[in-house]
Amino acid sequence: MTGGLRGAAAVVGVAESDLGEVGPDRYAIDLAAQAAAEALGEAGLTTRDVDGLFCAIAGRGMAPLDVAEYLGVRPRYTDGTMVGGSSFVSHLHHAALAIAAGACEVALIVYGSTARSDSGRGRLAMGPPELPSYEAAYRPRMPITGYALAAARHMHEYGTTRADLAEVAVAARRWAMLNPKAFARDPLTVEDVLAARVVSSPLSTLDCCLVTDGGGAVVVTSAARARDLPRPPVYLLGAGEAHRHRSISQMPDLTVTAATESSERAYAMAGVGPADIDVVQLYDAFTINTVMFLEDLGFCAKGEGGAFVSGGRIAPGGDLPVNTNGGGLSYCHPGMYGIFTIIEATRQLRGEAGDRQRPGAELALAHGNGGQFSSQVTAILGTERTL
Amino acid sequence: MTELAPHRGYLDRLAEGTVPFQRCTACGAAVFYPRALCPACGSTGLDWSHSAGLGTVHSVSVLFPRDAPPYPVVLVDLDEGFRVMSTVVDVPAEQVRIGDRVRAHVEPDGPRVVFTVLTGDGEGSRA
Ligand SMILES: [Zn+2]
Repeated sequence: MTGGLRGAAAVVGVAESDLGEVGPDRYAIDLAAQAAAEALGEAGLTTRDVDGLFCAIAGRGMAPLDVAEYLGVRPRYTDGTMVGGSSFVSHLHHAALAIAAGACEVALIVYGSTARSDSGRGRLAMGPPELPSYEAAYRPRMPITGYALAAARHMHEYGTTRADLAEVAVAARRWAMLNPKAFARDPLTVEDVLAARVVSSPLSTLDCCLVTDGGGAVVVTSAARARDLPRPPVYLLGAGEAHRHRSISQMPDLTVTAATESSERAYAMAGVGPADIDVVQLYDAFTINTVMFLEDLGFCAKGEGGAFVSGGRIAPGGDLPVNTNGGGLSYCHPGMYGIFTIIEATRQLRGEAGDRQRPGAELALAHGNGGQFSSQVTAILGTERTL
Repeated sequence: MTELAPHRGYLDRLAEGTVPFQRCTACGAAVFYPRALCPACGSTGLDWSHSAGLGTVHSVSVLFPRDAPPYPVVLVDLDEGFRVMSTVVDVPAEQVRIGDRVRAHVEPDGPRVVFTVLTGDGEGSRA
């Protein structure tokens, strides 16, 4: 099955909703709908064409039912896979599988969140815990403490420094300064990051992603149908998924994520390797994410991520453009960022990324992360020439 | 024996002042948190055991709340072969180090298991 998946489906429409802070009167599902309408619009399609629905909304256990009803979509294939921020890259994989199997033809992947506005109006995104916790009594602040424990161990084992982590935040900000839609666009220095208040050591406030509102949508269809639609198709060439823990105390090795497995599967399906990738969009919930994912995705050896991100290598003008939209650190982060990795990868491959465009980008990697370094999903996307 | 209510079994043993974990009768794995089947091999043969309470700090993060003193959150590898999240209570938060040898104590009201740092010649706060 997966042998035939390479290039079988393509992204034909992408959009964000309004981002940043949308105010108290708009709900997550409103943003999802706004993004869906725009993504379908640029694909030359309507909600009537959608027969496959893929979505996740934090705190909504039956999000696909909420969204389908709201949009008036009547799906014959539905997937509400909820693996945190990696959900939408997982949805992209599942959509391609469903399209290749003939279970649906036009898949809508959609997300919305008002995480920023919610904090001002007492709306709670999450209900009470449903499972016993063997961590909560020790008052970790999640998710940051989970990532902080991994960062501390990475620093201990490999000599990674806080300055290395700060380089990640600075690179993200420099990309954000080229993206008019980014939330945080003021200049940022390594010294600023190091001087910021430490929340859960070794991570400071500026090692953490933003909290914004925002939604996104991605339209996927068969390669055959994609060629009749207005925008250049962006083909899914490979995808892979993996997860091996939920709680940080159950992570088999704090310095190695399951992205090693998810990316291996994606590269194998796509028939490419890290050296072939022109642009990388990965889920940077915290600065340590970028360091560990660049290792686990094969762009450098384990333990060398800190050195790899130094000296502007992943910033504008560097060798490897990473998170060209500004990432979760500086562009937007509504809680489950994964869908924005697909949106930016698509824009780069269409040559639509404006001042932040990587000239001639043909192959992009989009990587989603969910939980606390838990769920890892890798997608490799390419232009028509890469088929 | 098969444990159908592992969290209850854990709390009951914790209340007795022990640091409980499970040992798989099929593959020998130390299992924590408590479960109804072994995550290493799938066997439902899990026997309760308790740790001698000695372990090593595998990672540490110090939290700095705006309105309260800093405190450490640690991951501790117990010598029996399982890892727990916990905190260290007898030294200033910023003095806890990866590699520190620590001893478990059951706090009855939590209920929870916390740790103190072992010095070279036994118990006591590090200078
Ligand atoms: Zn076993």
